[in-house]
Amino acid sequence: MTYKKRLDGREFDELRPIKAEIGVIPNADGSALFAFGKTVAIAAVYGPKPLHPQHMQDPERGIIRCNYNMLPFSVTERARPGPNRRSKEIGMVAGNALSSVVDLSRFPGTVIDIEILILQANASTRCAGINAAAMALAHAGIVMKEMVSSVSIGKIDDKIVADLTKEEEDYHEGEGPTDIPFTLTSRTKQITHLQLDGKIQTHRFSEAVEAAKKACEKILDYQTRALKGEKIDENEK
Amino acid sequence: MITKIETKEEKQERKLVIPGETVVEGEDYLPGDFTRKEGNEIIANRYGLAEISGRVVRIIPISGVFEPRRGNTVIGRVEDITFSGWIMNIGGPYTAFLPLMESPRFVNKNNIDEFATIGDVLSVKISNVKKGGIDLTLKFRGLGKLESGRLIKINSHKVPRIIGKEGSMINLIKDKTKTEITVGQNGFIWLKGDIDGERKAEEAINLIVEESTSSGLTDKIERFLGGNEENDS
Repeated sequence: MTYKKRLDGREFDELRPIKAEIGVIPNADGSALFAFGKTVAIAAVYGPKPLHPQHMQDPERGIIRCNYNMLPFSVTERARPGPNRRSKEIGMVAGNALSSVVDLSRFPGTVIDIEILILQANASTRCAGINAAAMALAHAGIVMKEMVSSVSIGKIDDKIVADLTKEEEDYHEGEGPTDIPFTLTSRTKQITHLQLDGKIQTHRFSEAVEAAKKACEKILDYQTRALKGEKIDENEK
Repeated sequence: MITKIETKEEKQERKLVIPGETVVEGEDYLPGDFTRKEGNEIIANRYGLAEISGRVVRIIPISGVFEPRRGNTVIGRVEDITFSGWIMNIGGPYTAFLPLMESPRFVNKNNIDEFATIGDVLSVKISNVKKGGIDLTLKFRGLGKLESGRLIKINSHKVPRIIGKEGSMINLIKDKTKTEITVGQNGFIWLKGDIDGERKAEEAINLIVEESTSSGLTDKIERFLGGNEENDS
């Protein structure tokens, strides 16, 4: 049986209902919420602020410290709180995806702290987290060249699909599932983050890149609208 | 979204922009604060309100941490004491240094904390911002130690709204709540009065921060403060 229709009835290039909002954490310098359907992420940005311990300071530029955390209640089986191998890796990858658009030269010796919390997980949590963090950085008044948008492109059996759910990640018929999270910059469409979990043929990969560009265009529109004061919640309809 | 804000001379349209957004296209424009030029386009580098004055396009920040400039009057809290002065937290990216020489009276070098100790709040002026840090001074009128009272913090970009045109807003709050208020340009606000006055002043300030984008704010605050007073008496 081939994968003809998506499990939740979406089009192959359709995103889940999006939720986006800024200013969800009043005590942070900048904050945002971003959700793909049942995947909900919030991000808070603090700083630039003095960095301690001193040996971590870079006298030429500020640094970005990014933490990703899945909350214990975000998944069906309680997740043990605190950092683990997976969350450390995603924190690093998300920080790298964001730091290439941020101007860190303005405040040498300082740190910008980014906290990404996953409130509810249903695949693509790192993409939702990066989207929220990009909005939070902008909201915190950080000088940035451009925005970034993130989306997971998958190959389920032989179909290229956008924004995977947990059920699709576990679809093991035919060619099986492949998950490729992309992060693209808003103006130049350059890739600042790419991971690949699964297998994909070389000629199908360029298709995936095109799909990512299309999907990120849509996500950027949501991010822009949310930053301009709109509270977006497509689940309410 | 286009936000209209009244300036002194005229009504000017300011557009809210996000980083990487094209503010305006055309050969004639020049990039100002927080913008850059790429080909024909002027692009925003920061989230804020874009303002076009003449040929220059600039972004007015509306959020983010305090950015210290020379000449800013700020309120800070003593964080640490060294041999030669006080290290103060004034918000923003760096801590600031107030040298011992700035003390208004003689201070014994072995007993620096007799003038100000850790946790004390002072109103100070920024005398210099250089690569190594921020230097503070006390040698201007109205600066010095702030004793008793309470300290609240708001976003430094909302300070002009708290003060209002020629101090109209802040004077209104001072009069109505009978509270001494000192506003630092870093968003630290020090209040001193009776408990009710301090509480009411803090509520009014929070209201201004929340509704900082709406117009006719002075009237709204006057109603807010006036209404409460009638209920109390």
